[in-house]
Amino acid sequence: MPTPTIRTMVVREADEVALVRHAVRDWAVHLGFGLVDQTKMVTAASELARNMVIYGGGGTVYFDSPECDGRSGLRLTFDDHGPGIADIERAMKDGYTSGNGLGLGLGGAKRLSNEFEIFSKPGEGTRISITRWKR
Amino acid sequence: MERIPILKMGEFLLVTIQVDMHDRLAMALQDDLTNSIVKNLSRGVLIDISSVEIVDSFIGRMLSNIAAMSRILDAKTVVVGMQPSVAITLVDLGLSLPGVRTALNVERGMALLRDSIGRQEIGDADSND
Repeated sequence: MPTPTIRTMVVREADEVALVRHAVRDWAVHLGFGLVDQTKMVTAASELARNMVIYGGGGTVYFDSPECDGRSGLRLTFDDHGPGIADIERAMKDGYTSGNGLGLGLGGAKRLSNEFEIFSKPGEGTRISITRWKR
Repeated sequence: MERIPILKMGEFLLVTIQVDMHDRLAMALQDDLTNSIVKNLSRGVLIDISSVEIVDSFIGRMLSNIAAMSRILDAKTVVVGMQPSVAITLVDLGLSLPGVRTALNVERGMALLRDSIGRQEIGDADSND
C-alpha cells in the first residue's frame, strides 16, 4: 500500500471525526499494524478528535511515522487552541468530564496507545500526542 | 439525510449497521428506533454490529441509550456480532456497555429475545392468577 498522503487534517465538526478514523486506519494498515492495534489506534483517535471538537472548538491532527530500534510506529498529534485543561490530572481520570461525555476519552486514549503526552495551558490550548509501535 | 434502515421482523426490529457511523447518523438512529418501537409495538430490538470496525465512547453511549430507551418502552435490546478486536479495544477504553445485552450472532440474539420475552409473559400470566 502506498504511503498515505494525509499528514495533517483540520477537524471542526463532530461529523468530521469519522474522516479522522478513516485516515488513521489507512496509516495503520500501511504500517502493517495488526487488526487489534489498528482498532486501538483508530478508537483512541476517535476519542481525541471528538474531544478536540467538543472542548477545543476544533483543531488539527498531525500524522507521523517515527522509527525506533528498527520498529515503526504511528504517532498522532491533536492540537487545538481552545480553553486548555486547568487540571490535567483530574481530566485524565475515568468518569471526569466537564462536558456531557462519559469522561473516558483521555484515560481511554492513554490505555489504547503505547506513549501518551499531553501539554495544555489554560487560555492557549491543548496538544496531545499518542504513539503506538508495531508489534 | 442518510439513515440506517430499520427492518421489522414480526414483533422484533432488526438494525444492521454497515456504515461507519458519524455522529449525526448515530443520533438519528436513536430517534428512529424509539419511534419504530412505538409505531410497531415491538417487543425487542436486535442491533447487528458485525460490520462495525470500531466502537468508541460515543457509539457505546448510543448503544446504552438505545437499550435504556427501549427498556422504558417495554422492549429488550440485544447487540449482536461484535468483532473480537472491537471487544478487546472496548475493555481498554474502559467501556462496559452498561445495560446492553450481547450475543455472538443474530440467531443467538433472536433466541435470547424470544426467551426473555417468553419468560416475561409467563410471569405476567402468573401474576394474573
